[in-house]
Amino acid sequence: MKLRTCIGIAMMAIVAPVSAVAQTNPPSQTADIVINQADLRALQIAVVPFAGTHGADISNVVSGNLKRSGFFEPLSPSSFIETGLTLANAPNFPQWTQIGAQAVLYGGVTTRGDGRLDVGFRLYDPYRQCQLVSYQFTATQEQWRRIAHKISDVIYQRMTGESGFFDSRVIFVSEEGTQLNRINRLTIADQDGFNPTYLTQGDEVIMSPRFSLSQPDEITYVALGKDYSRIYLYNLTTGRRESLGEFDGQVLAPRFSNDGNKIAFSIIRGGNTDVYVMDLRSRQITRLTNDPGIDTSPSFSPDGSQIVFTSDRSGSARLYVMRSDGSGQRPISRGGGLYTAPSWSPTGNLIAFTKQGGGQFSTGVMNADGSGERILSSSYFEEGPNWAPNGRYVMFARQTRGGDTRLWTVDLSGRVVSQAGYNGRGTDPAWSPLLDRPPTNLGMNQGADACPS
Amino acid sequence: MKTSRILKLAMVGCAVAAMAACTRKPPVDTGVPGPDAGTIPSGPAYPTAPTGPVTGGNMGSAAPGTEQDFVVNVGDRIYFDLDSYEVRPEAMPRLDAQAQWLQRYPSVTIRIEGNADERGTREYNLALGARRAESVRTYLINRGIPAGRIDTISFGKERPIAEGSSEDSFARNRNAHTAIVSGAPR
Repeated sequence: MKLRTCIGIAMMAIVAPVSAVAQTNPPSQTADIVINQADLRALQIAVVPFAGTHGADISNVVSGNLKRSGFFEPLSPSSFIETGLTLANAPNFPQWTQIGAQAVLYGGVTTRGDGRLDVGFRLYDPYRQCQLVSYQFTATQEQWRRIAHKISDVIYQRMTGESGFFDSRVIFVSEEGTQLNRINRLTIADQDGFNPTYLTQGDEVIMSPRFSLSQPDEITYVALGKDYSRIYLYNLTTGRRESLGEFDGQVLAPRFSNDGNKIAFSIIRGGNTDVYVMDLRSRQITRLTNDPGIDTSPSFSPDGSQIVFTSDRSGSARLYVMRSDGSGQRPISRGGGLYTAPSWSPTGNLIAFTKQGGGQFSTGVMNADGSGERILSSSYFEEGPNWAPNGRYVMFARQTRGGDTRLWTVDLSGRVVSQAGYNGRGTDPAWSPLLDRPPTNLGMNQGADACPS
Repeated sequence: MKTSRILKLAMVGCAVAAMAACTRKPPVDTGVPGPDAGTIPSGPAYPTAPTGPVTGGNMGSAAPGTEQDFVVNVGDRIYFDLDSYEVRPEAMPRLDAQAQWLQRYPSVTIRIEGNADERGTREYNLALGARRAESVRTYLINRGIPAGRIDTISFGKERPIAEGSSEDSFARNRNAHTAIVSGAPR
């Protein structure tokens, strides 16, 4: 009787969605940002602490986001001459150009009767003396961080001309324990590492988590137990977790197609690993590769027409591309060394990969036809690049020799290599799409003092 | 009374019951009444004055047919070269011994677990580990072990047995482990 109760509780614990917060301490503020080339000139931006509830918090988050992007160098607020800048005024331009500010961001928070926050902000160019953008977001108080991320996206988009990526999340495998007794858990956190939440208990090895890019609350991952491997589909909103099915063989490497209708993955049978695809509506499986080599780590092109994967059919691991029905398989990687873990960019033109060679591991990108290979980052060990929603950055896992594995990001130029916001131990990061659509009516080129485009 | 007591003890644990039956003695009253004195003790009861000779034996002589016998006297792990899944010649005697042992105990089923070192990406290493597990499975099948008794799984680089980032620990982590699933007592 007692025993049965025990088992009952244990099972409930396994089934119940895990909402415990993995780590509440904020990410380190001293994370190193390595800029490899001296010619990168980050934009000097003054982020003035916003007035009102959570105002200063919001400015801090915006400032941290912009700095981590590598495109911005937020000036120290202690250098600011003008204080008390409110949304009702334009900046006193000479006081900002005097400290070298190329852009000035300021704003204010007002609380509505229902408790929601209106967060308005203006971005000015003090040299040209005109307004670059202004906007107001409204949300409940608990969502002040998301507002800060959305403001960051607006600033990033206005200044770089590319869409932002801050209002997004990262799913990854957090690690604890020793090398020989490692506990790993599926974990989700905001893009900057805040609000980390465990999604599994730590009794299985978790691998290869990925978002559905058409639905940012739908994920897939592999759970590897003592005597089983399963691909799960997991809805973060409803908590519904479903096994993709029981297969004859060991499953690994699930990836959604960008429309969310299909999953490509691998099955190992008789020691041989091949790529398959499942239609998620009909549950029909099609085998796409059929050779004695290893074929795994598939990644769909954004339009779903092609799949890149790694294969050692030629004797060493190279990247191959095929049509999504398995036809037209051809190698694309051209260099020596081993190419694994390919990831097709959301923009469609690039493929990121891990390359092993010369005693180290590198993160690189190549064009979809294999030309134009560029190495962005190299170290003792790094693996598994995954794209930011705007296709400008990849996040990957880097392990120091004999040490821990942590999440890092690098931009497409390879100049901005930095540890990701989450500063705990982790591997296998995957980036969500933007949590919702960015605003379109940004009020640019409107008003008397708008900067001419 | 005595009999029912022994029966109840048997329900608590065979070991205790066996001991009680052997010695034909009721559990010794220590004179200290527990919180629930008069009821059946939930833990094993030890005699305070043991009698009889104390004998010794070789530590390595695990009971034949046990999991320990397999691990200690046969060896449950073989190692592989870098980027290789071929069974090394020096690993063959151990696999031959595994096959012989499995033939002697035909109810035993096993799971071959393939492992890789940390110098590779996670998914690719899973595929590499699977090849190592399959090499061992094929070897044992060729030595007459029915395929139905052998399961395989790859853990890739997820379950290292040697710590550190030296060539030595990498070499130890490139292995195939034969785990006993059923049919042999521990």
